[in-house]
Amino acid sequence: MNSIIKGCGYILVHTPDMVVHNGTTQTTERIVNPDGDYLKALPSHLRTYEQALHYAPNQTYIGNMTPDDLAEMAQPFYDKPVENAARVGEFGEIMPEGEFYLLMQAADVFDLVHLDKDFVAATKPAFAANNEVITEDIVARIKEGDELSHIEHLVNDEHAEGLYLDDKLVGCVARAHDIDVNLTAHIMHENLVSKASSILALLYAVRNAGIDKSEIEYVIDCSEEAVGDMNQRGGGNLAKSAAEIAGLSGASGSDLRAFCAAPTHALIEAASLVKAGTYKCVAVTAGGSTAKLGMNGKDHVKKGTPILEDMVGGFSIIISENDGVNPEINLDMVGRHTVGTGSSPQAVISSLVTDPLDRHGMKILDIDKYSPEMQNPDITKPAGAGDVPLANYKMIGALAAKRGEMTPKDLGNFVAQHGLTGWAPTQGHIPSGVPYVGFAKKDILAGKIKNAMIIGKGSLFLGRMTNLFDGVSFVIQGNTGKDEANSGVSEEEVKSLIAQALRDFASSLMAE
Amino acid sequence: MDLENQKRVKDLAEEYGPENIVVLLGASEAEASGLAAETVTAGDPTFAGPLTGVSLGLKVYHVCEPEVKAEFDEGVYDEQVSMMEMVLDVDEICNEMQSIREQYCKY
Repeated sequence: MNSIIKGCGYILVHTPDMVVHNGTTQTTERIVNPDGDYLKALPSHLRTYEQALHYAPNQTYIGNMTPDDLAEMAQPFYDKPVENAARVGEFGEIMPEGEFYLLMQAADVFDLVHLDKDFVAATKPAFAANNEVITEDIVARIKEGDELSHIEHLVNDEHAEGLYLDDKLVGCVARAHDIDVNLTAHIMHENLVSKASSILALLYAVRNAGIDKSEIEYVIDCSEEAVGDMNQRGGGNLAKSAAEIAGLSGASGSDLRAFCAAPTHALIEAASLVKAGTYKCVAVTAGGSTAKLGMNGKDHVKKGTPILEDMVGGFSIIISENDGVNPEINLDMVGRHTVGTGSSPQAVISSLVTDPLDRHGMKILDIDKYSPEMQNPDITKPAGAGDVPLANYKMIGALAAKRGEMTPKDLGNFVAQHGLTGWAPTQGHIPSGVPYVGFAKKDILAGKIKNAMIIGKGSLFLGRMTNLFDGVSFVIQGNTGKDEANSGVSEEEVKSLIAQALRDFASSLMAE
Repeated sequence: MDLENQKRVKDLAEEYGPENIVVLLGASEAEASGLAAETVTAGDPTFAGPLTGVSLGLKVYHVCEPEVKAEFDEGVYDEQVSMMEMVLDVDEICNEMQSIREQYCKY
């Protein structure tokens, strides 16, 4: 019995001040070129919350627009604000930076997040307003706040990482240890942002799945941060830490790391755990990355576009036992880039796309939608990285042409029919295959498509442990029913049919 | 070009002599190919890496250029590169690479 996709949460946080203070492009520039033109020009390129809210890719990420709506729009998107934009969508929400600082405090259990008391008083009502998701127990974790002078002291004299709103100091994250480099204020800030955004995604996923929080038995965090101290730098369990604050009292959990490929690895593991009967309900979750904010900012400033990498992203997908309704993850059709696969794009795409299909006698065109790296082209094109999803679709299409499934002339049609326009922020693991899972669930339930392939890829060389590439893929399909025994042909029957066919063939040869 | 890669190219050129080095690129766009080629010939145009102001003038080619393709075993090329050949704008990449070589290549 295949596991099913019970519900998905997709959230964004608009964080322009974190772009300036925490994105590595900016922090590096402050060290190597502090008086340079880029840092001077940067503030005038930052978007307001309203601009980020009305941005079509962001509305698509939270489910207020569909990928089809987005594909119909002319690019670039940033100069075409959408009407009817809303903060909360079908999958999640776009949280403003100030409220997110409150969520960071709610996520903090070591008194590291300090907030100015006037700022707390001004922001708390809006934070608590969405009580369907931000429940009372979470709001109750917000403290009254400190005097601003105390926060200034922590930032100026105690190495705390400032939290800014409209370039004004409103809080800070204190260091968690005086000398441990893995517990510095910078790292605690990075980890708390990841944790808080993961919590928000988990809360929406639970809401959207329509289940009770207590039903989740296991949480897998697949973000890109390392949690630990100097004796165990990547010690982990951001998963269980987030589950605690999200109120998933019946859950245990663990972290899975595999760069951008991690979400797809995690979904395959979650689906396997459920299919094996180990757990009935598993949440895969990831918060976002502050380091990647404004990563391509220099190119955006140079090309005169806004800083479009001002969103921290998060997602959470709940996998549960087959309910006879929701789309399934087909674990018999898992693609793997192995140690021996090689790193040429052709080898990578073959291992992830055609190998699993071949095993099932399926063709590339038999999959209705492919979801590879779903980066928003508005962000990557000005940075010289092109349209990443489009490049993936061209590669998959070219492979189909090479295999004789279509002609090279059909490539354009293939991209339009089997592809998607990217809408995800360039937060590493966040755009990697998973942004479409929510829409795939909807589209399969609506009968719009019959299946979709989710492809996660990762660049392992960044950690300097291997030059190997990485990737995994799986197929989501319509529900084949709770009881596998009644759904189609068993392996035994297939074997007996093949044996019969071979016997017939042999006897026909003998007859000749 | 990645700062670490710039450092590796610089170190290799020092160790083996710039005249003995060929840099082979696999970038997916003409602009990105041109930037990488410029980095290992004229120097880092983004002024960020170890090749800032260092004009190595190395021989640099894209894997889809005919001169390079001719060096490959046909079967290997078909298995490893032919799919990308269908996808990339090979002419645009070749023009960009040639232009960079004409301007900055010393060998």
